[in-house]
Amino acid sequence: MGYVAVKGGAEAIRESNLLEKYQRCRGGRSVCVDDICGNLKKLVDCVMSESSLYSPELAALAIKQAQGDPAEAVFILRAHRSTLPRLYVTTVTDTSGMQVERRISSSFKDIPGGQILGASPDFQHRLLDYDLYEETCGDARAFQEQYEEEILREIGEEKEKQTGEAGRLPRVVDYLRSQNLIPEPVLSDEAPHDITTEPLVFPSTRSIRLQILTRGMTGAVTALGYAKIRGFGISHHPNIGELRVGSLPLRIASDLSGTREEYYIGEVEATEVEIFMMEEQQEENEKSVLGIGLGYGLCFGQNEAKAIAMSVLEYSMEHPNPRDPTSDEEFVLLHIDAVESAGFISHLKLPHYVTFQSKLDRIRNIRKENSHD
Amino acid sequence: MKEQEQPVLTLKHFNKFFGPGCPYCREKPENRRNGYCPKCHTVYACQDISLSLYRGEIVGIVGESGSGKSTLMQALYFDNAATGGEYHLEAYQNGKENIFSSSRQQQKWVRNMLLGMVYQNPTMGLKMNFSARSNIAEKMIAAGNRNVHSMVARSDVLLDQVHIPPARRKDSPCNFSGGMQQRVQIAKALANEPPILLLDEVTTGLDLSVQADVLELIQEIQRERQNSVLVVSHDLSVIRMLADRTVVMLNGRIIEEGLTDQILEDPQHPYTQQLVYSLL
Amino acid sequence: MIREKHFAFLDENSKREIRRALLKAVAIPGYQVPFASRELPIARGWGTGGVQITLSLVGKGDTIKVIDQGSDESVNAVSLRSLIQETTGVSSTIHTAQATLIQTRHRIPERPLKEGQILVLQVPLPEPLRNVEPSEYKTKKLHGEADYSGVWLKMFEDIMRYGQVATDADHPVCVNGRYVMAPSPIPRFDNPKMNGSPALMLFGAGREKKIYAVPPYTKVVSLAFDDYLFQRERFAGKKCRLTGLTNVYLDELTDEKTGEVYYQTNDSSYLLEYLNREKEGETE
Repeated sequence: MGYVAVKGGAEAIRESNLLEKYQRCRGGRSVCVDDICGNLKKLVDCVMSESSLYSPELAALAIKQAQGDPAEAVFILRAHRSTLPRLYVTTVTDTSGMQVERRISSSFKDIPGGQILGASPDFQHRLLDYDLYEETCGDARAFQEQYEEEILREIGEEKEKQTGEAGRLPRVVDYLRSQNLIPEPVLSDEAPHDITTEPLVFPSTRSIRLQILTRGMTGAVTALGYAKIRGFGISHHPNIGELRVGSLPLRIASDLSGTREEYYIGEVEATEVEIFMMEEQQEENEKSVLGIGLGYGLCFGQNEAKAIAMSVLEYSMEHPNPRDPTSDEEFVLLHIDAVESAGFISHLKLPHYVTFQSKLDRIRNIRKENSHD
Repeated sequence: MKEQEQPVLTLKHFNKFFGPGCPYCREKPENRRNGYCPKCHTVYACQDISLSLYRGEIVGIVGESGSGKSTLMQALYFDNAATGGEYHLEAYQNGKENIFSSSRQQQKWVRNMLLGMVYQNPTMGLKMNFSARSNIAEKMIAAGNRNVHSMVARSDVLLDQVHIPPARRKDSPCNFSGGMQQRVQIAKALANEPPILLLDEVTTGLDLSVQADVLELIQEIQRERQNSVLVVSHDLSVIRMLADRTVVMLNGRIIEEGLTDQILEDPQHPYTQQLVYSLL
Repeated sequence: MIREKHFAFLDENSKREIRRALLKAVAIPGYQVPFASRELPIARGWGTGGVQITLSLVGKGDTIKVIDQGSDESVNAVSLRSLIQETTGVSSTIHTAQATLIQTRHRIPERPLKEGQILVLQVPLPEPLRNVEPSEYKTKKLHGEADYSGVWLKMFEDIMRYGQVATDADHPVCVNGRYVMAPSPIPRFDNPKMNGSPALMLFGAGREKKIYAVPPYTKVVSLAFDDYLFQRERFAGKKCRLTGLTNVYLDELTDEKTGEVYYQTNDSSYLLEYLNREKEGETE
């Protein structure tokens, strides 16, 4: 009888997986994926944005599988995304074509098209609502029916008038451009890089920065944006030129019918922010003047804080300053990805016995030499 | 006699500007107002600088801040890239190659082996959290030395020469006084016994008595080794003490040059006259 | 329901891209080739680089061995091995000599490798200059200029402070006389195994998105000054409790019952093979 290898690793993993599942099932409850989609929309939006995969149902499923851990859910969705075939790339989506549900500007009291508060928690008083303990599906359904009947009937006629072209609102930025306070942008038809299929090298391009920011962790992007506007190194108090939440139609182009046609394939909800930063600009006659620079943020779903912070960081990286770590693209872009940062932090849990033994050897050696001196 | 000799360092028509340049200013120096282009905002930090340095001599470069003298030094040490001109060193390819157009690796070799630089700000020349010995070893390591004992021995010899006591040699420059930091820089510059030293405002910001110490040390070292030295200062009294010949810079150009004594006695250009009179 | 997976999980385009990066890496020993690292069902930092290399190379005829900390049974090795096997159906072994492809974390097997074998090492931080220079943009230039004085200076400063170089695992090496490379957190004990090895060694850093390689029979030298020679971990006076071996890397363990500290061969399959050979010797 020879020696056999000590086994147990596979069994340990199996038991651990069962325990995980037990944790989820212990209460005898299984949350319905539709419930997550319906009642936890903000979490679904957050996870879709960080996984850069738009599918509320899959995001809800991942959230259920991850027992509510957003980083885990994002991980699951990203891995899934990586197995999906790339069938088409949409045509350029002009966000002016957004069907706006919510739209505000902090820079002007009145804007063409008006300030539309929309659905937002901003002005709610955050008092824990114990009534929600008793709320049943029946209650939710009743509220829905009542709301739709009473309120929407009121604005029903108004909304009729606003479909199509009228539903689209002009941009605040265009107003400032018409006043010559913001320079016309230099248009570029350079094809964007795809960070999921091309290696990341520095210096990066704007398309790379925007992609990494939009799928960055909400917390990380918000924290760094906060650092920038709070003035760590440089002080900048920006103004939101415009924040929009609404649905964007997506189209693909195809030559199937013989001629090039665009086909509408669906829509995504998105949050878009244009932020105004006061900055020094140069006039023709060499004089320094003040002007307005723009920062841009765009996310899947309704992710307002993230889109705002993204626009701040986007501006920051376009205007690097050695004193400002939030303008250092390597510092920002390499550390905000959920899968990478959570992964590397968690990897510390892996066995490091061999390397630790090596460290102990070095420490003991140095101390031994020291005691001889 | 010096005219027959080949200079150890020759700079011809050196230009350095910061900015894009444009038709208005690039080919037409007369349109540059005080080294600045009003149309494209390009700063012409150094315009058409030519100078020679002969073996064993000390040449002073004097000018106020903004005159381009530090930019010049940085280009000679490859801290920034020249926009135009030629840079020849006798010790490199017999002076035949324009080092501005050499490869980065060749420039690094020249920088390590043929040049020693002392910056006004010691943080630019030293790693403040590494020991004094390590700072000097850095140059020797860059030159390919891989023997710790020999590098320690040589560092100690140099630290001795610049009067850094043995007890402080393992300490980091962040714990040294300003004068001591400059002396460590000088020791470091000498690590590979380069024929040429570049000293950029090395005593500016130091106490007067400390300044005197450092200047004396420079004289001592130069006397012993016969290095060829370029000294930059806004302070004409420093130049007077050290330099055999002097070059005066204003707005990126050389406006006057000659023997130091002659310039002090009989300055020609109005700006030089201003400098000299304020000295007396 | 889990959708049917493609052979070795990755789509063919991804595998092709990774193989191209590998070819470039082999052509320039020790040079870090950037690649578009794919997202996998395994966490970043847990071996995605190594796994992508393995999945791009593995074929139906291969026999894999996967180890972590020298052990085939370490949980993460088990997890990685099951991912590879579930998506390929290839056979696996614990015996180093029988494997065609070995994926490893933190150790090179004790048993010398042979020509034709491939060793895939998992790398957390591929950049040996990272301590000296945080910026990727700058370190890339330093490699291009062969300017490694920062690493040497750090070692010199260690000697000034501690009397010896203070590296533990992942001691930098110079490959083929040109690029300085991070060999991954293998102990210094294993560094010499890379020099002139008949096997092909591939290094994958998934999160950092870099691939590099040491072709067979390449010169690999651990950085050391002429008068402060490279030091491996020493197990002076220590030996494996089960075999008495002293020339292998040892784990430091504590006896549960007596509280006594003892040492044991870290490479679990090597230990097993040794014990079985001994036993065979006994029965003969």
